[in-house]
Amino acid sequence: MTIRKAAPLAIAASLALTMGACAQSDRDSSGKSGDSAGSGNKDTFTFGAAGAPEVFDPFFATDGETFRVTRQMMEGLVGVKAGSAEIEPELAEKWEPSADGKEWTFTLREGVKFTDGEAFNAAAVCANFERMYTQNETALAGPAEYWAGNMGGSKDKPDESLYSGCEAKDDKTAVIKLTSATSKFPAMLSLDSFSMQSPKALKDGNANDVKAQGEAFIYPDYAKNPVGTGPYKLEKYDEANKTVTLVANDDYWGEKAKTKKIIFKIIPDESTRRQELQAGSIDGYDLPNPVDWSGLESEGNKVEVRPAFNILYVGLNPEKNPKLKDLKVRKALYMALNRDQLVKTQLPEGASVATNFIPKTVTGFNSSVKAVAYNPNEAKKLLQEAGAENLELNFAYPSEVSRPYMPNPQKIYDALKEDLSKVGVKVTTTTKPWNGGYLDGVDNGAFDAWLLGWTGDYDAADNFLGYHFSNLASNDFHTKVTDYGKTLSDDLKKADATVDEAERTAMYEKINQQVIEDYLPVLPLTHSPPAIVVSKNVEGLVVSPLTAEEFSTVTVKK
Amino acid sequence: MLRFIIRRLLQMVGVVLVLSLLLFMWLRNLPGGPVSAMLGERATPETRAALEKALGMDQPIWVQYWKFISRAVRGDFGPSSAVLPGRDAFQIFLDRFPATIELSALAITIAIVLGIPLGYIAARRAGSLVDNASVIWSLIGVAVPVFFLAFLLKYVFAIRLHWLPVSGRQSTDLDATRITGFFILDGILTREWDAAWDAFLHLILPAMALATIPFAVIFRITRAAVLDVLDEDYVRTAESKGLLTRTIRSRHVLRNAMLPVVTTIGLQIGGLLAGAVLTEKVFALGGIGDTLAMAFERRDFAVLQVLILAATIIFVVVNLLVDIAYAVIDPRVRTR
Repeated sequence: MTIRKAAPLAIAASLALTMGACAQSDRDSSGKSGDSAGSGNKDTFTFGAAGAPEVFDPFFATDGETFRVTRQMMEGLVGVKAGSAEIEPELAEKWEPSADGKEWTFTLREGVKFTDGEAFNAAAVCANFERMYTQNETALAGPAEYWAGNMGGSKDKPDESLYSGCEAKDDKTAVIKLTSATSKFPAMLSLDSFSMQSPKALKDGNANDVKAQGEAFIYPDYAKNPVGTGPYKLEKYDEANKTVTLVANDDYWGEKAKTKKIIFKIIPDESTRRQELQAGSIDGYDLPNPVDWSGLESEGNKVEVRPAFNILYVGLNPEKNPKLKDLKVRKALYMALNRDQLVKTQLPEGASVATNFIPKTVTGFNSSVKAVAYNPNEAKKLLQEAGAENLELNFAYPSEVSRPYMPNPQKIYDALKEDLSKVGVKVTTTTKPWNGGYLDGVDNGAFDAWLLGWTGDYDAADNFLGYHFSNLASNDFHTKVTDYGKTLSDDLKKADATVDEAERTAMYEKINQQVIEDYLPVLPLTHSPPAIVVSKNVEGLVVSPLTAEEFSTVTVKK
Repeated sequence: MLRFIIRRLLQMVGVVLVLSLLLFMWLRNLPGGPVSAMLGERATPETRAALEKALGMDQPIWVQYWKFISRAVRGDFGPSSAVLPGRDAFQIFLDRFPATIELSALAITIAIVLGIPLGYIAARRAGSLVDNASVIWSLIGVAVPVFFLAFLLKYVFAIRLHWLPVSGRQSTDLDATRITGFFILDGILTREWDAAWDAFLHLILPAMALATIPFAVIFRITRAAVLDVLDEDYVRTAESKGLLTRTIRSRHVLRNAMLPVVTTIGLQIGGLLAGAVLTEKVFALGGIGDTLAMAFERRDFAVLQVLILAATIIFVVVNLLVDIAYAVIDPRVRTR
């Protein structure tokens, strides 16, 4: 080798050496993870996540992948009983409403600290509510969606707001004031978005400073490193290697986490998640495809099927297709759909035919309502009576998507379309990608009928019924052009504002009956249970109908 | 030569500017958008309108483009809406580029290291068993879809044999130090040898999957080019002069046969990004490819704009480098 040729090599080598000298390994000396102090269990639970968390501040999050992570680190005043949708005390030990349902007194748990050492008390509760209430318009239109959807307005728009103030009576008593009574309170406080966070950290991190630029939002630094009271805290988010690591909170007030670390490994592709589980490099993942359930089980994994907390329905737009204003036509369409067959052939094990718009796990479910029976002959007759025997229907379904209530939209759609054709309905098929015209199409009233569903946020009938039909002026089902739309909307508002629980439940039961028998604003089809899968070495996982599992009880055998 | 390079770079600026406008308009005319991505089932006509207003999407498109371009010239391409909400889109590109470079570099290395020698041998022994076997192999390489090959590779080497990892860039329990974002390089620089080795192991299967098509193409072009050159008069002349076989091969056959091969390699490097979209997705590598797929699915305009413009620039630059390499190999090009 000549000197001329060797020179660049020598320079490169010396550069590498110099850089190497500067490059310090900042590795923890404990390095690799191992066992949990001779317990025979691993000290890490590795979970395959379908996506990265959007932000770590649950107040500004809206998606399940984010909440799965923040749920391990954060707690609310109100929690959800493991394995159910029922609420239970969490950071508040108990609560009591005033007679008019507008003042709620929360008695707080004592001896709780945030992971930054700050005390959790009534002042902290009020600071949290004031923080949530004090949103700028930008945040309220987008990231603070759960607050906007459940509480209405912000401090700038007090007349639209359900929340009106918070008072710290003493260290362990906080009073939250509302502008009107609502059935959703206090259940809505179990939402991950309304978790309690360290007031000091919120203030220091300028937590509310959300701005819009381009078609996106910019979040404050706090959103990368929030501080809660939960059994875990954030250790790091390795964006390059797509892993989120949580570590147990040693000062946790309740039962401490059984496994020291949780690692969320982000694997967007579902079949890759399955392969990772097969290879043993992850211990579990969410929403395995129903067609894989039996295969996963035969490999020794545990496929845990949750109780269904969702609804799949066919939406109808009577404004676009005026024939749909006639109850006879809607009933005929409903009778034409063979829902039993759909459950048997297209949906996962454990799915059921919907008899109400809400699943039976939700308070207000009316068990005396019978499912409208499949009866194509009666359907034809009804269509004839309504003068709609040649009904044309622009019926849409989404592509490029799979939802817990609808694992395979196209197959479900094909079955429904065939049923409708059998009674003489001329179906025009429209299909658009989920986020490629489908969701916009539904909101813009582009289809006569469409396939969609809903997964509940918490146990409140209003979260299903109210969310869809309360707003008469603007809802996807255009109930404003129907003869029942106003009654339904008024009844829902009345039921929601009823303080007495028994009375309220009775009202929802009646509405549920009317929705099926007299209104049919949509055709409720089925409830499908979503599953979660873990390896045979995982124990202690309690599944939740809200898909809101807490991992602090989980252990992983070596 | 310098003037040539400068002219090409200036052309690139024009291309990028025009493309940015077209891209901006195209994305905003696609059905769906960031609003649907953010709201999902929760979208109602009301929440949709409020969000569009908050994001300035209710303004005329040329106002939106002006805002974008006036920030972009200052290097601010805006925040991501869905890939990593709130994060600067250009920073996302910088963070994810190393994964793609590592993958592409290893893939193209495999393709070259296997493709050229095999192509040469196949040509020298045309019609032999080695030749036929290599041709069939390369045909399979072109024909088999990447996702199927990936599945097969993972099934055999990761799930059955446990030799290599299924996906990702590095094992989750390593706690490796990050400096440049190139995991292998980082491991070497920090002397975390296990981390470097682990990152390398993670790259093998995806690189093999990604290398199949470039390998097949390089192999076939080399084979054809060598066959052509072997027939040339100057080779026969060299042989009759009694030159050493080694000299004939390296100075006359290979050097001349390399011209089309270099062009091909350049084109293949440019095309690697297309293959990387699928490969990175099924191997969860977190590079430019799977980011691009995710950004498209969720209509993350800022990220799409940065990635597509960057890909264009890379493609143009690679082509320029190929032209320069061409000039180095073939003196005739320089004089033209």
